[in-house]
Amino acid sequence: MRIFESSNVLTRSLALTALVFVAGFAVAGEPGLGRPAAEADIAAIDISIPPDGEGLPPGSGDAVAGKIVYDAKCASCHAMEGKGKPADSLVGGIGSLGSGKPVKSVGSYWPYATTLFDYIRRAMPLNAPMSLSNEEVYAVTAYVLSLSGVVSGNQTLDADSLPAVRMPNRDGFNDRSGVR
Amino acid sequence: MKKSIDGNARELAAAPRVAANGLIDRRIFLQRSVAGGLALAGGMAGAHAASVGDGAQPWQKRIGAPMSAIGSPSKFVEGRMQRGVLKPYGAIAPGTGVSMTPLHELHGTITPNRLHFERHHNGVPDIDPDQHSLTIHGLVKRPLKFDMAALLRYPMTNRICFVECSGNSFFNTFPEAQALPAGMIHGLVSCSEWTGVPLSILLDEAGVDVRAKWIVAEGADAATMGRSIPLSKAMDDVIVALYQNGEPVRPEQGFPVRLVNPGYEGNTSIKWLHRIKVSDRPAHTKDETSKYTDLLPDGSSDQFTFTMGVKSVITRPSGGMTMGSKGFYEISGLSWSGAGRVRRVEVSADGGGTWADAHLHGPALDKSLTRFSIAWNWDGAPVQLQSRATDDKGRVQITRAQWKSGYGPGHVYHYNAIQSWLVNDLGEVSNAYL
Repeated sequence: MRIFESSNVLTRSLALTALVFVAGFAVAGEPGLGRPAAEADIAAIDISIPPDGEGLPPGSGDAVAGKIVYDAKCASCHAMEGKGKPADSLVGGIGSLGSGKPVKSVGSYWPYATTLFDYIRRAMPLNAPMSLSNEEVYAVTAYVLSLSGVVSGNQTLDADSLPAVRMPNRDGFNDRSGVR
Repeated sequence: MKKSIDGNARELAAAPRVAANGLIDRRIFLQRSVAGGLALAGGMAGAHAASVGDGAQPWQKRIGAPMSAIGSPSKFVEGRMQRGVLKPYGAIAPGTGVSMTPLHELHGTITPNRLHFERHHNGVPDIDPDQHSLTIHGLVKRPLKFDMAALLRYPMTNRICFVECSGNSFFNTFPEAQALPAGMIHGLVSCSEWTGVPLSILLDEAGVDVRAKWIVAEGADAATMGRSIPLSKAMDDVIVALYQNGEPVRPEQGFPVRLVNPGYEGNTSIKWLHRIKVSDRPAHTKDETSKYTDLLPDGSSDQFTFTMGVKSVITRPSGGMTMGSKGFYEISGLSWSGAGRVRRVEVSADGGGTWADAHLHGPALDKSLTRFSIAWNWDGAPVQLQSRATDDKGRVQITRAQWKSGYGPGHVYHYNAIQSWLVNDLGEVSNAYL
């Protein structure tokens, strides 16, 4: 026991020393080894799209165009019309979340349409991520949302209309981050 | 030297029982010399043989293997020193799934790097560190780009902490208890000494705007995994980790650089870190909305539930093991809390009817795996073993029934309920729901 206790004290004092050491550097503005990041370089990698749509690219697409892309590049995993298997189901379950058999899908669970655009653009299709054009991503997003009836079959999605799409479970989340 | 096994057995038999079914006061080995006596018993044989060689083992009488550049486990245990790999989508998504630390084969608290659990969302990228960099931008005065050579020059901090996947122990959310070993149920937690640059130093260098409240961290894998993290956490104890247990972070753990967010669900400790956007709001990425959120019975979901719960699991004995003869055993296990230190672990051998305090092996570090043990005299009859952890914030591990009642059907994240192991009259140990 004594050994453990004394090593505990040692650990604490080492941690304190490290803090002081590290803080010393920060105050002095050193090491200062980061290089200025150019705006163009940032723009090339800043692909995050929050719910208000900030950063959405030019372009547009609708479900008709999206179905062509979907059937060719997505249906092999998500099945025709987004019914799922082997990969996640994209449709169904709207209104089921509080039932004894909740079904989570894009239509029933995802709170923001921007997240769907963001995720398809960065990570789908799984075997060729980042291969779709922005137009194709808008179109596939429109098609997937149309499968759940969240957008109509002929609605065009772009940087203005996508953030305005209201998902069925938009108000279904309780923010537990404590950030105010 | 004269102390016999029988003598020790008598001493154990006389030791104070502190809970039902043979649990022995945790201080027994601190008060008495039972352990030392057990180890010495039966010594002496061979001391008077004609040649010492006669009594020696073959490996004492020939030159052993030479030095080697890389060590490996004994061939006698190597087959068991393996992660358990699960690929839920099979061949269509070979890089999507988990591999689990074999907790039941390990002891101590530090996970060997080769056995640290994995959770990937589209495989392990093969990153050339000379082509990799970390960009910090958004609500900062000076957007900055750090190449690896620069990051490696920064003052570094060391800390030991666990990383636990939010989906750890998901098998125990299933309706029927799965016949699996401890590592396959709970092995999405591992513990390492992480070394790297405090994220706060890099953020300070970039100059965080007063409006900022969040960072969005992103990896350079084929999922371009992104998570939003409160700025307060980022400025507190988050590490831009370059080393794990002394060696460069391995590819499957985020080479050349990853985040380590002590105590937070593992998914936020972004591997292959290449970008941090400072923001006044979260990004609501796919993995913080459609996944890693907690469905409640009323159909709403809790979001941004970062801190991992207080938890413990007995690793020896545990599922799939078979007891030897009745008599003395040490029950041993792991405990941890994302909110702080483990303050107490209790063990029950009668399914939660009576509890005894286990010994906590120090140092019980903040947000780290902590080893506990308790002496036990098994009388050969069926028992139900459980452990229950309490952390220094006063949080106590709950039962499976309590946990299940708090979430919607089918929920799998943040499972931290009490694990029950059933030992039957044949000594076979299995996962059980009580």
